Amino acid sequence: MKPRNLAIFLTAGLVMTTAACGGDKDSDAGGDVTITVACQPAKTAAKQREAWNADVAAFEKAHPGVKVKSTDQQPCFDPKTFAAKLAGGQMETVFMVPVTNYADVIAKGQAKDITASTGLVKNFGDIKQDVRDMLTKDGKVYGVPNVSYSVGLVYNRAVFEKAGLDPDAPPKTWDEVRAAAKKIAGLGDGYVGFGEYGGGGTGGWHFAQAIFSRGGEMVVDGKAAFNSPEGKAVLQTLHDMRFEDKSTGSKLNIGWESLMQQMAAGKTGMMLGAPDVVTDVVQKFQGKKDDYGIAAIPEGKASLTGGEAYMINPEASAAETKAGLQWIDFQFNTPGKGRHDYARGKANGEAVGVPNNDYMGDSPTGQKIAEDRKANAVLPVEYYQPYVEGSKSVEFKLEPEKAQEIYAVLDVAMSAVLTRENADIDKLLADAESKANAILAKS
Amino acid sequence: MPAKRPARPRRRPPTRKKRTVRTNLTAYGFLCAALFCFALFAWWPMIRQIIMSFQETNLVDEPKWVGLDNFRTVVEDPAFGQAWKNTFVFSGLALLCGYLIPFTVAIVLNELRHARAYLRFVVYLPVMLPPIVSVLLFKWFYDPGPGLFNAVLDGVGLPTLQWLDSTDTALISLVIVSTWMNMGAGVLIYLAALQNIPGELYEAAELDGAGIFKRIWNVTIPQTRLILLLMLMLQIVATMQVFIEPYMLTEGGPENATVTVAYLMYQYAFRFGGNYGAGSALGVMLMIVLLVVAAVQLRLTRDEKR
Repeated sequence: MKPRNLAIFLTAGLVMTTAACGGDKDSDAGGDVTITVACQPAKTAAKQREAWNADVAAFEKAHPGVKVKSTDQQPCFDPKTFAAKLAGGQMETVFMVPVTNYADVIAKGQAKDITASTGLVKNFGDIKQDVRDMLTKDGKVYGVPNVSYSVGLVYNRAVFEKAGLDPDAPPKTWDEVRAAAKKIAGLGDGYVGFGEYGGGGTGGWHFAQAIFSRGGEMVVDGKAAFNSPEGKAVLQTLHDMRFEDKSTGSKLNIGWESLMQQMAAGKTGMMLGAPDVVTDVVQKFQGKKDDYGIAAIPEGKASLTGGEAYMINPEASAAETKAGLQWIDFQFNTPGKGRHDYARGKANGEAVGVPNNDYMGDSPTGQKIAEDRKANAVLPVEYYQPYVEGSKSVEFKLEPEKAQEIYAVLDVAMSAVLTRENADIDKLLADAESKANAILAKS
Repeated sequence: MPAKRPARPRRRPPTRKKRTVRTNLTAYGFLCAALFCFALFAWWPMIRQIIMSFQETNLVDEPKWVGLDNFRTVVEDPAFGQAWKNTFVFSGLALLCGYLIPFTVAIVLNELRHARAYLRFVVYLPVMLPPIVSVLLFKWFYDPGPGLFNAVLDGVGLPTLQWLDSTDTALISLVIVSTWMNMGAGVLIYLAALQNIPGELYEAAELDGAGIFKRIWNVTIPQTRLILLLMLMLQIVATMQVFIEPYMLTEGGPENATVTVAYLMYQYAFRFGGNYGAGSALGVMLMIVLLVVAAVQLRLTRDEKR
């Protein structure tokens, strides 16, 4: 090709490619409907992916005319790309949102109002009211929850025994946690009594868990409320554990996985965490399944809840919305099917047994799910009984407003008390309070 | 006998004007493709950033014009001053290390008579690693527990350090990573410049009794001044935008000790609930600072050429 023609060809090609990118969405007309659904397991999790694909095939067979396309972006929900995906028309018809982002996604109009269609999810009425309320705004429903849990104390029973502590009597107060951590650190040689986060948003997140457990608050009437005796106690205890007892280790854990990796290595005694921490420690990070127990959160005044829900793309047509909700019903809310097919999970080598999902509570569906999980357990469920029993009297707390921003603000205070011996806790809290109030004022 | 085919009229050679148009069309064709790519992937995002810095937008709803609110939000943030301070300190240290060390290494390599190719390869090797791999490698080196650096310090009887886990050492730890990752490219460029210096100049200097340092000062540096100035500007622009190191190693911590301007931009856009306007405002500020640096450098280079 002559250089001139090549140049014209290249230019024309680029222009046409760009023009093609801006094409219109398929019309809603026609009988068949295609939906895209998020959260297909990654290729590296071959058995789970195979199970998902089998579920898709079964769903399509049960719903003639509906075609399901899965996406396997990991993590399923990524706040960094969420808005851009939605704006660029790349968002799936059915997408997952963690509880920390419910309010934000709903407030920004990034989820469809499904109030009139919740009947398509057969067990919707069995989902706990407070869990459903998190997805309801001004009487309108914006998503279907399918996971809910509260935070507890995850501990290593083997390390407890080695330190001369009774693994069947885990700590119930923060003083007991501190004493146990000191004993564990006394084992020397890399042993950490109590592991804690100091950055990446996880520091502030664990601050919230600890302050709730002591009866404190994060935000009250749109104002920061953590500069309180409870907030100070959280930071002071951590500071003293780090520099007086030397029981927190010297590593500033950043990012959700870092502390679980440390826990799985078998030399860390305790950490705050929801039951799914044990699943990940055992399944993802190869911790020994018989080593880990879960207790209720220390002090137990209240506990931060976590969870996730599926929402529908606001651009979805009526037919897509209907098919999307049918998928949610089939895959995430039916005992013995999809996510709740524990027999298949057990056969696939999954760490079944952790009480990591209480979104259906004591409803008939909830009881059925709990029975199935127990019947197919591969983990020692009796080690999680202190959590199940202890959590019954614990008040559940929702994420504060502007949770992610406030957690990022509190990272500074958390990292300070874990790295600087002369950290001024009063000043750290006052600074964080003023910054959090500025963020909240913009709500 | 077949009839004689009539002779085809001879094509007249294109006029000079036509030839010029044809040549220019080819050039413009190529230029258009390049301009289109630049416009789409560089200039349009820059213009969008400037527009967004005056808007409140979530990238979905219609954006709202908010005047200078985003700039006010950013300036009032307690982390704003810290981020600029960290960026300037990082740039200063990264320039000191990333300028001096590669130049010295290049001079040493240029003087070597043996194993030059092997050493050049070894020095360039880190550049071939994806930055993420280098950074993760250093994450392990810096681990206060089983990390390599503390193991070495402990092995020779020196006190260990907290590296990334202390406000005192976190920023300098990032400078070390950055220098290690980028040194190879600098060394190769300096080496190429050094090899272009005529050998007679060194011979003349030697005959005049100049020692190694005088030769470097009076021959090497003046002869490579233009390259040194160019590299200075490129390094300032690159180091002022430091992001990967704090993002991967410290997430800005501990206590904001490693928050840089580029990392703060990321926090606004992707951590603080998608405040793209504030992130863009910060980006515009950084762009202005870098434009000033580039203008000063261009002025200096122009004076130098005269």
